[in-house]
Amino acid sequence: MSLITLIPLFPLIGFLINGIGFRHVPKSLAGIISSAAAFASFACALTLFLGFNGQPQIVHLFDWITVGTLNISMSFQLDQLSLLMLLIITGVGTLIHIYSIGYMSHDEGFGKFFAFLNLFLFFMLLLVMGSNYVVMFIGWEGVGLCSYLLIGFWNKNSNYGNAARKAFIMNRIGDLGFLLGIFLIINHFGSVEYSEVFSKIAEGGYSSGDKTLFYITILLFIGAMGKSAQIPLYTWLPDAMAGPTPVSALIHAATMVTAGIYMIIRSNIMYSLAPETLDIVAWVGLATALLAASIGLFQNDIKKVLAYSTVSQLGYMFMGLGVMAYSSSFFHVMTHAFFKALLFLGAGSVIHAMSDEQDIRSMGGLRKKLPITFITFLIATIAISGIPPFAGFFSKDEILAHVFEHNKLMWAFGVLGSIMTSFYMFRLLFLTFFGEFRGTEKQKHHLHESPIAMTAPLMILAVLSAIGGFFNFPHIFGGHASLAAFMEPLFEQSAIEHVAVDESLEITLMIVSVVAALLSAGVAYFIYVVKKTVPVAEGEETGLQKVIYNKYYIDELYDTLFVKPITALSNFFREVIEFLVIDLIVEGVGKLVKTLSSEVRLLQNGTTGYYIFAMVLSIAAILVWSLKSFLLG
Amino acid sequence: MLTLSLILLPIIAGLITLAIKGETAKTVALVFAFAELALGAYLYKSFVPDATSQFGLSYDWIHSAGIKFSVGVDGISLILVFLTTLMVPFIILSTFGNNYKNASNLYALILFMQAALVGVFTAKDVFLFYFFFEAALIPIYFIAAIWGGENRIKVTFKFFVYTIFGSLFMLLALVYLYLLTPGTHSADINAIYEAAKALDLSTQSYLFGAFFIAFAIKMPLFPFHTWQPDTYVEAPTAGTMLLSGIMLKMGVYGLIRFILPIVPLGVDQWGFVAIILSVIGIIYGSVIAIQQKDMKRLIAYSSFAHVGLMSAGIFSRNLEGIQGSLIQMLAHGINVVGLFFIVEIIERRAKSRELSLLGGITQTTPNLTVYFIILMLGSVALPLTNGFVGEFLLLKGVYEYNAWIGAVAGLTIILGAVYMLRMVQKSMFGITSKITEGFTDLTFNEKAVLFPLSFLVIALGIAPNIFLKLTEPAVSQLLSIIK
Repeated sequence: MSLITLIPLFPLIGFLINGIGFRHVPKSLAGIISSAAAFASFACALTLFLGFNGQPQIVHLFDWITVGTLNISMSFQLDQLSLLMLLIITGVGTLIHIYSIGYMSHDEGFGKFFAFLNLFLFFMLLLVMGSNYVVMFIGWEGVGLCSYLLIGFWNKNSNYGNAARKAFIMNRIGDLGFLLGIFLIINHFGSVEYSEVFSKIAEGGYSSGDKTLFYITILLFIGAMGKSAQIPLYTWLPDAMAGPTPVSALIHAATMVTAGIYMIIRSNIMYSLAPETLDIVAWVGLATALLAASIGLFQNDIKKVLAYSTVSQLGYMFMGLGVMAYSSSFFHVMTHAFFKALLFLGAGSVIHAMSDEQDIRSMGGLRKKLPITFITFLIATIAISGIPPFAGFFSKDEILAHVFEHNKLMWAFGVLGSIMTSFYMFRLLFLTFFGEFRGTEKQKHHLHESPIAMTAPLMILAVLSAIGGFFNFPHIFGGHASLAAFMEPLFEQSAIEHVAVDESLEITLMIVSVVAALLSAGVAYFIYVVKKTVPVAEGEETGLQKVIYNKYYIDELYDTLFVKPITALSNFFREVIEFLVIDLIVEGVGKLVKTLSSEVRLLQNGTTGYYIFAMVLSIAAILVWSLKSFLLG
Repeated sequence: MLTLSLILLPIIAGLITLAIKGETAKTVALVFAFAELALGAYLYKSFVPDATSQFGLSYDWIHSAGIKFSVGVDGISLILVFLTTLMVPFIILSTFGNNYKNASNLYALILFMQAALVGVFTAKDVFLFYFFFEAALIPIYFIAAIWGGENRIKVTFKFFVYTIFGSLFMLLALVYLYLLTPGTHSADINAIYEAAKALDLSTQSYLFGAFFIAFAIKMPLFPFHTWQPDTYVEAPTAGTMLLSGIMLKMGVYGLIRFILPIVPLGVDQWGFVAIILSVIGIIYGSVIAIQQKDMKRLIAYSSFAHVGLMSAGIFSRNLEGIQGSLIQMLAHGINVVGLFFIVEIIERRAKSRELSLLGGITQTTPNLTVYFIILMLGSVALPLTNGFVGEFLLLKGVYEYNAWIGAVAGLTIILGAVYMLRMVQKSMFGITSKITEGFTDLTFNEKAVLFPLSFLVIALGIAPNIFLKLTEPAVSQLLSIIK
């Protein structure tokens, strides 16, 4: 069996052991089995990465669905893109598994939790390893299932259950778009294999603006909107914070939600030929980035702030894709995986220490009691705010530089977004770790730094968040942009046009955004440290602040536009159409027949017995007749 | 002989069961049902994957009229015969936790029903088909009318009259076609195909209508469905399983075997209407299911919605659509029987199926949740479950027919998730209620049904080709007849 096949197999085995043996596998073993499975996959991925010769490899397992000339095979493709995704998923995944051993240690569903985590890894690996769109779809829906199971992990709480359902259903709306995109691909290219579809496009002389490619790319993007939480399908992600915090880190920050970006980079050849779609992608990304960042400004739940931040950062990635800066967006996927996983795990460490308190208004001054958590959280905050030399600076600036060549206004909005990012992140940092403790005495007494199983992953991720930028160190600083160079073959057939940015201009742009971020952090310092402002209590917000705190009432809007009408329609169908229209006609026909045939009263007196009797009699007659003819020839 | 044995064995088994009184009856019935399953498996194994009709057998029935007792199995029959033999043992086993009055009669009726169903799916003579089509109604009528719920008499009467009414139109159509066959006439299905070729559009349109009403009531399709939810709710669960798991496939099978090849011009003309009705049914049934409080009624509406998609796929008249409908019939049978059994298990313990009274079952009976979720995933067509293969191919088929209709039909994957997840959450999750806190764990018999069915949900989702390969030659041939 090839190393490639082993990668998804390990987590699958881990899932089966913990899943079937749940309640029998001892607690001490369950976490280790799952973490070992994740690490084994990572080791395989790393080995493959180190031995990779630049040539894509395809491993065909079996033919899955064959109908006529359409053959959907279960097969994997190993190339630059899947390798990088594999390293991120299994690498960050392993760290989060280890962290969870500490975080979930008091939970009665410990084994079940690890089973689900492994199952998630399995599907996520299928998603990025599949050699065709349908295998990607398996992973796509599979991770949606795991997300559902893990958001609703504490299933006694029906609010969590509602959040889980909301996530699954909103994702399914996107999935329908994805599915229709697949159908269009099949109809047009007769195959779902990437290699076949892409080579047909490369050889087919498609011109930019081709109608079919426009529809395909739009439909696929609808799928991406659901999974990667873009407007209008983003509202599930903040609610998804109901799940245990390691889940938020792994699924709802580092891996699953970047699936949409993976999908577009995978299909870059189609997107590069669909400029209208790219424009839509870029503007949806920008709008999402700004909307989510603005909501993040006033949230008081530590995880909610991070959730909106994730939505916003995903928006940046789509904005990058929209201007064909594919490798820059991927760079941001990578650095974001490091610092956002770190932020969530840090938040988890805080929540753990605070006895499940998530409101930052009740925190404060935690830096003395949780020094490792504080330092690592600080590093992540600097990284996400785009302050050099940490990871986020390089990746975000690459995206913004490409956006600048494309559209100056879009760039200006992008910088506005990073000002907000810097503000809400430092606000979070200061309110949590600086000033005086604002919680209860009991919480204060309980405060403690987390165990090594939790702090070790924090430290490793902190190192990656600090140095991650050097994986793609730009030319202007004398780097080699190694990541971009490695990914180059993925875009060979793609019609990408880039105007080279003037070096001095690029430096100017960087200075503008860094200064803006620093100023914004300074303002946050002034408000929350110097002035010691604490956000007002629930319900006391006024004006615009109230509107933003309530997330622009988008959830309420969706409720009015979709949920309530469908509920009403359901009742209307059942109470009115079903009984008063259809059934009345049916019964009416019955009565009509009854009246017309009043002559044959015996048969029409409504006693079923007669019907049965007549029927049995006739069947018996047929049988006798047939037996007779059978016997007598 | 194999085909004949498949029909005769359940009849003999039924007669033996009738003769036995008391507890042993159900065990005997179960043993015979497994013997029948072994025959079904043997049939599956011996079947050569080509377009021919195999294991054929033909006796003169009414010699002078050219009517024969003629049966055989091609790829399309095979999958339905396999479904019938596969589900009946589980349906019988699912009753083991209940005590029925005159139980031996119940089991005998289930077995008679099985014989009639196998007959429907293997008959090659149209009158023999009609005979079995009607004969299947008698056992299920008695099952529902004797062992059903409070309103059973009123509801089953409506069901009975409604479906008989529909089949009369089919009988008229069959007689008309039969009289068209040359010479001393023949009721052989191929002779009927041949005779129908000469028909003009208007005649085909009438025939289309006659067949369509019969099958649309049986499945049922919108707006011929109002008998269905009440009957599913009132029938004892074993009866509901027979109805939804197997019997409704008689209607779907009829579309493929009769309407498509006999009246192709009629389908050209009216297929669009049929597809629109089917798609209305998908949306209509799903939307109603969202608000249902009785679990059984909820699944009944969901089943109605699923059947709509099968019908739409068939009327799309392409390989994906018809192959999808065949694999979906198998998958739907497994899933819907499993889901109704989950409801039965809950009802045994809670004496209620009301979602508002349930909740938190996962805390007392966690294994039930696992099986429920697996079956639910099959029902909402998650990839790598059996439901996905069918829905993927069906939606692809409808999409190829018309992209917009395909997109509307595709709403099923969203709406399906809405009502199924709601049902799971309201029953399994949350805090326990007064009636769920004392739930006992699954019994051995209950696991013996749920485990194999859940296994099949995943196995068929991973390896659908083992069936798709068997049915494809027959379906391709059917499509070539039409064109």
